[in-house]
Amino acid sequence: METIDKELLKKITDSEEYKGAYNIRKNGKGIERKITENINIVTKEGNQGIDIFVKANTKFDIVHIPVIITQSGVKDVVYNDFYIGENAHVDIIAGCGIHNDECNDSEHNGIHRFFLEKGAKVKYIEKHYGQGVGKGKRLLNPMTQIEMKSGSNFEMETVQIKGVDSTIRTTKALLMENTNLVISEKIMTHDKQYAKTVFEVKLNGENASTHVTSRSVATEQSEQQFESKVIGDSKCFGHVECDAIIKDGAKVIAIPQIIANNVEANLIHEAAIGKIAGEQLTKLMTLGLTEKEAEQEIINGFLK
Amino acid sequence: MLELKNICFTRDNKKILDNINLRIDTNKFIVITGPNGSGKSTLAKIIMGIEKQDKGKIIFNGKDITKLSINQRANIGIGFAFQAPIKFKGITVYDLIRLSVGKDIKKAEACEILSKVGLCAKEYIDREVNSSLSGGELKRIEIATVSVRNSQLTIFDEPEAGIDLWSFNNLINVFEEMRKTTKGTTLIISHQEKILNIADEIILVNNGKIQEYGTKEEMLDMVLNKPKCCKLGGTNSGNNR
Repeated sequence: METIDKELLKKITDSEEYKGAYNIRKNGKGIERKITENINIVTKEGNQGIDIFVKANTKFDIVHIPVIITQSGVKDVVYNDFYIGENAHVDIIAGCGIHNDECNDSEHNGIHRFFLEKGAKVKYIEKHYGQGVGKGKRLLNPMTQIEMKSGSNFEMETVQIKGVDSTIRTTKALLMENTNLVISEKIMTHDKQYAKTVFEVKLNGENASTHVTSRSVATEQSEQQFESKVIGDSKCFGHVECDAIIKDGAKVIAIPQIIANNVEANLIHEAAIGKIAGEQLTKLMTLGLTEKEAEQEIINGFLK
Repeated sequence: MLELKNICFTRDNKKILDNINLRIDTNKFIVITGPNGSGKSTLAKIIMGIEKQDKGKIIFNGKDITKLSINQRANIGIGFAFQAPIKFKGITVYDLIRLSVGKDIKKAEACEILSKVGLCAKEYIDREVNSSLSGGELKRIEIATVSVRNSQLTIFDEPEAGIDLWSFNNLINVFEEMRKTTKGTTLIISHQEKILNIADEIILVNNGKIQEYGTKEEMLDMVLNKPKCCKLGGTNSGNNR
């Protein structure tokens, strides 16, 4: 692996050595893989992606599936399906890092589908990151689909650190009875970047619940759009919280939608967009920070 | 240590501060009291640089600091505790203490600082400084962030505001302890007898002017027994030092 590969992998997975199973994909091809007793990884026909199988009753295991693109002009589309057995408990760390020093656009579209059997528990972390000095754009369009059977739990942390020129991030989930879905999204955009997030959660079963939190910072001339739709079909609970800090000439649009099809559905949407509160800056300045330092600390905390 | 010269502040055609002249000595515990709307908080904010006076000068340790920014004043030894502690999204109690100290510190050190204001540190250190904390908890954290800076002049703007009686009684203990251990001058804006009782000196502000300034012994009886105080609207010629 080249130095740049290692650098990108560290940015998106926060580690250099992977415990558990892993599959590393570079410029559209799988380059390294390891399976464990509990986790099997099988290449789909035509190398269009992988199927990941987590055995039922797995007490705890981890699988890393990072993707890196270092070749300018690559358009990589990958279909990864995760089959999580009954009562299995697994952490899945995904993400994509693009390095583009040239003038052609590099693009990765990861379509991830999760099928959780009864009582399964998943923590899914994905990070997106772009770097390089080329004029070619770094484009990422992740699509996540989650199907949750009775008693299962899914926790998703999705982070776009920096350097992604354009992204449309779509997450759709179907929740059966006694399930819980927690999604936490953090996005920072700068320059003329564009980021759109679409969440659609269908609370189908009794006592299904979801909590979606989106925190974003839009700076310079960037634009963000947050669309969420939570549909309550039974006695269920849904809470969506969209919070954005806006700076410079940036633009943020939040489009909330909550649909209750059942009298017992309890759905809440909160959205707030605004600049950094002046009193927060003042407080940190009374501790000796300059206005610029205070602003950076507030943003760092907000996106932590 | 601190000298205010001819400070005036007018907003919406109302004189909030009317030619304030005041000299505060080093190593004192001073309480500024007076009716609501008399200009106490504005005066405190002007000293910190949060509000800008229309007229007048501020001298700190012999240096004219009138044109210094908030952070420049903080860095030469002025601290300020807000009446309503500021809430954040994402910034934790540990972050705030680390920023107050001005360098990276271990969590154990931050816990020790929190313990001094009577908070069980382990329960709080990783919590966000947001509305999930009670008024009393936020106030203690605010006091911790200010007192850890060991400023030469520390201003507390109504520390009793927005907290229940039980929390207030605990806060008094914190101030009594600070009173014993802190070097430098503490300037507290307060209406509370228990705080007035631990003062070296008391300043009575009324209608944007300094009505009286004296030792606790000279002032306490007058302030407590005649809260409307004494020929209100008097000149600024009280015992200003």
